[in-house]
Amino acid sequence: MLTYHLQVYWWFIISLLGAILVFLLFVQGGQSMLLSSRTAMQRTLMVNSLGRKWELSFTTLVVFGGAFFASFPLFYSTSFGGAYWLWMLILFSFTFQAVSYEFRARKGNIYGTRLFDTLLFINGCVGCVLLGVAVGMFFFGGEFSVVRGNILDASSPVISRWASTHGFEAICNWRNLLLGFTVLFLARTQAALFFMNNIADDPFLYRRNRRTLFINGSVFVVLFLIFLAVLLTATGYTTVVSSTGAVTFVPEKYKFAMNYIEMWWCLAALVVGVVAVLYGFLRSVFAAHWTKGIWFSGAGTILVVLSLFWVAGYNDTPYLVSLTDLGSSLTIVNSSSTRYTLEVMSWVSVLVPFVAAYIAYVWYKLGAKPLTPREMESTDHKY
Amino acid sequence: MEDLSSLIDWSRAQFAMTAIYHWLFVPLTLGLAVIVGVMETIYYRTRSQRWLAITKFWMTLFGINFAMGVATGIILEFEFGTNWSNYSWFVGDIFGAPLAIEGILAFFLESTFVVVMFFGWRKVSPGFHLASTWITGFGATLSAAWILIANAWMQNPTGVAFDPAQMRNVMTDFWAVVLNPVAIHKFIHAVANGWVLGAVFVMSVSCWMLMKKRDREFSVRSFKVATWVGSIGILVTMWSGDGSAVDVAKYQPMKLAAMEGIYDGQNRQGFTVIGLLDPEVKPCCTGNSDVDPFIFRIEVPAVLSYLCSRDINAFVPGINDLLSGHRADNNGTEYRVPSVADRIVSGKVAHDALRDFDRAQAVGDTEGMTTASQVINARYNDFGYGYLSSPCEAVPPVALTFYSFHIMIIFGGYLLLFFVMAWLMLYWRPRLLDVKWLQIAGIATVLVAWICSEAGWVTAEVGRQPWLIEGVLPCQAAISYVSSGSVALTFTLFALFFTLLLAAEVSIMVNVIRRKGATSDYARLSDK
Repeated sequence: MLTYHLQVYWWFIISLLGAILVFLLFVQGGQSMLLSSRTAMQRTLMVNSLGRKWELSFTTLVVFGGAFFASFPLFYSTSFGGAYWLWMLILFSFTFQAVSYEFRARKGNIYGTRLFDTLLFINGCVGCVLLGVAVGMFFFGGEFSVVRGNILDASSPVISRWASTHGFEAICNWRNLLLGFTVLFLARTQAALFFMNNIADDPFLYRRNRRTLFINGSVFVVLFLIFLAVLLTATGYTTVVSSTGAVTFVPEKYKFAMNYIEMWWCLAALVVGVVAVLYGFLRSVFAAHWTKGIWFSGAGTILVVLSLFWVAGYNDTPYLVSLTDLGSSLTIVNSSSTRYTLEVMSWVSVLVPFVAAYIAYVWYKLGAKPLTPREMESTDHKY
Repeated sequence: MEDLSSLIDWSRAQFAMTAIYHWLFVPLTLGLAVIVGVMETIYYRTRSQRWLAITKFWMTLFGINFAMGVATGIILEFEFGTNWSNYSWFVGDIFGAPLAIEGILAFFLESTFVVVMFFGWRKVSPGFHLASTWITGFGATLSAAWILIANAWMQNPTGVAFDPAQMRNVMTDFWAVVLNPVAIHKFIHAVANGWVLGAVFVMSVSCWMLMKKRDREFSVRSFKVATWVGSIGILVTMWSGDGSAVDVAKYQPMKLAAMEGIYDGQNRQGFTVIGLLDPEVKPCCTGNSDVDPFIFRIEVPAVLSYLCSRDINAFVPGINDLLSGHRADNNGTEYRVPSVADRIVSGKVAHDALRDFDRAQAVGDTEGMTTASQVINARYNDFGYGYLSSPCEAVPPVALTFYSFHIMIIFGGYLLLFFVMAWLMLYWRPRLLDVKWLQIAGIATVLVAWICSEAGWVTAEVGRQPWLIEGVLPCQAAISYVSSGSVALTFTLFALFFTLLLAAEVSIMVNVIRRKGATSDYARLSDK
C-alpha cells in the first residue's frame, strides 16, 4: 500500500471519529437544556438519560485527539500548541462534564446540585460552539506558520507559531462561529430526539421535547443552510506539486463546491445525510408519537460530517490553510506520520469494528427499555 | 520569545501539577477495580446478599474516584499538544501511536462497561455484570499499560531513527517501543502500586468502621479481601521496583546518581537508607567538588553496586563522574564514557550538520545531504546535548529527586510491615483488630500510601530532567509558542479547579463512608 493511500485511510478514520463525535454531542445538547427543565423529576430523567452516554462522547473526543496525534502529528503540534486558548477552553468545559454527573446529586456535595448542573450547561454550550469553531478552521484557515528549521534556534526553538491571540482570533471569526452555533443547535435538536426516544411515561416531557425539537431544529436548518452557502461559495486552495517536487497552494474559487462535484460520493453522503436528518426531524415534529427520529438524524449527521471532513482534506485540499504564510498550510501529505507508523496504526484500526460492536451491544442491553419516572424512584444508583 | 525560561518553568509546572492530581486518582481506580472485582466474584459464586452489599458499597466509592481520574486525564493528553507542541512534532510519529491505541483499545472498554457496572444490575445477567466489572478494571489497566509504554519510551527511546529531511524522529520498530524493558517494569510497578493503594484505602476505611463499631463482619470481610490484594501488590511492587532501579542504572545513570545523592562514584557503592543532604554541595561543574554531600547518612555498604549490577564490586558513577566522563566496563570490555562537555560539543556539531543538511536539501545537493546525514547519525546520541549551554544543565534537581526517592523507599518499607501486621491481625490474633491505636494507624496509613505513590512519580519525572526524551530532547526545545503569562493563567485555573474538585470528592466520599445507611441493612441481609 502506498503512503498516500494510508494517509487517505487515516483521514477517513479521523473523519469517522469526528462524525461520530458530532453525533454524540447530543449529550452536550441535552446538557444545554437542563437548566430549563420544569420539575426535579424531569431534570433527573434528563440527566440520567444523558448520564449513561456521557462517557462515550467524552471518550470519542479523547480518541479523536489521540488518533490525530498519531496520524497527523504536525496538526496536533500546530493547532493545539497554537490555538492555545481555544483548546484550553474546550478542555476546561469537558473537565466540567467529567465530574458533574457523578457529583451533582451526591450527599456531601459541598457546592450543591445547581452548580454542577450549571457546569453541565456550560459544557453543553461552550463545548459545542468551540468544537465547531475548531472544525471551522479546516475550511477557513488559521493564523500560523511552520518552519521546521526553527528547532535549531536556541532562543526560540518552536517550529509552529500562531498569532499572538492564540485561538481568540478563530473564536472571533464569524464563519467559524457560524459553524459553532450550527453544531450547538444540531446537538440540541439531537438531544430532543434522544429524550423522546429514551424517556417514557412522561407525556408532558415528551410534548415539551417535541416543542424544543421544533424550535431548535428550525434554527439549526437555517444556520446549516447559511453555513453551506458560505462554504460552497468560499475560495479554497489546491495543492500543486511541480515537476521538481516544489509544493505550492493555489487559490481556487468555489473550491469546496468543486470538491463536492469532483468527488461524487461526498455529494451523495451530503444529500443522503441531509435528507435523513430532515426526515428524522420533521417526522418527529409532526407525527403523533414517533420516537425513532434520533436514529435517522444521527445517521444523517454522521454522513454530513463525513462529507465535510472529506471535502476539507481530500482532492489535494489543504485541510488547515495558513492565513499568514500560505506555504505552511497543512495537507494530509505534509502533516502525516510516516508510512511505518500509519501501517502499524492501520493494523490496530482493524479492531475498530469490534469496538463498535461491543458498544452497540451494551447500548442495546442497557437501552432496550426507555427510562421512566418509576425506574428513577426505585433505582439505587442514579445521577 | 523573551521569556523562554519562564515559559519552560510554567509549562513544566502545569504538566507536573496535572500529573500529580491525576496520579492521586488513577492508582486508587486500578486498585479498587481489582478489589471490587474480587468481591463481586465472591457474590457471584455464593449469591450472598451480604457480599452484594459489600460490592456495591465499594463500587460507589470507585465511581466517585473514577470521575476525577477521567477529568484530570483528558488534560494530560491534550497538554502534549498545547504546551509541548515541538515535542508533538519531533516525536509524534512514535509517541502518538501508544496514545491512540490507548484510546481505541482501553478507553472505549472502560467507558462502555463502567456504565454496565453502575446501571446494569437489573438489566443484565449477574454473569454479564461480573464480566463488565472485570472488563472495566482490565480496561483501566490496559490504559495504564499504553500510557506507561509512552512514558517509558521517553526515558529510554528505542525503535526510533532520526530523519533529517523531516527534522523529526520516526518509528522503525513498533515492538521495540512496546517491549521496551523500562516499559515492562514501569507498567508492573505502577499497576501493583495501584493495588497497594486501593487495598490500603479499603483497609483504612474498614479500620474506621471497626473503630466506630459499625458492622464488624462487613469491615472484616472488606479488610480481608484488601489484605490479599494489597499483599500481592506490595510484593510485586518491590520486585518490579528492583527491576526499575536496574533500568535507571543502565539507561539514566544521572537520575540514579541524583536519587542516591552520589556526587563521586566508587566501587562497592553503598545504599543510603536515610540521609540529609548538605545544600551547599554542588556538582563539579560549579567548581565545587570533593566534599561530603551528606550532613547525616545511614548507609548499607556495597548494596547499591549489587542492586544495579548484581555485583558488589561494581562501579556506580556519581554526578561528577558523569559530568567529567569516566571509565566503564561492558562485559569485560573497558570503554570511556564521554564527559557532558564533550557531548555538548558533539551535539552542537550534529546541529550544524542538520543545518548543512537543510541547506543542501533546499538546493538539491545530494552529496552534501549524504555527508551531513552521516555526521548527524554518528552523533545523534548527543543531539539533545547540543541544546545545553553548560554541563550543569544536565544535572536534575538533586535534593528533590533524592528525598522523593527515599520517602518512597521508607514508606514502601512501612507498607510491607503494615501488610504483615494485617495478616497477623486477621489470622493469628483477630482481637488486634479491636485495638484502638492499631485502628488509628490503619486509618492514617492511607496517607502514607498516597505520599509513597506520588513520591515515586516525582522521583521518576524530576530525576529525568532536563530531558523530555533522554539525551535527545530537553524541555527547552520541546515547548509551544505561547506566552508564559498564558500558561501561568491556565496553571492557576487548573490548580484552583482541581483543588475545589478534590475537596468535593473528599467530602462526598466521607459522606458515603460515614452514612449509616451504607451498612445498616447489612446485618439483616441473608448470607445465602
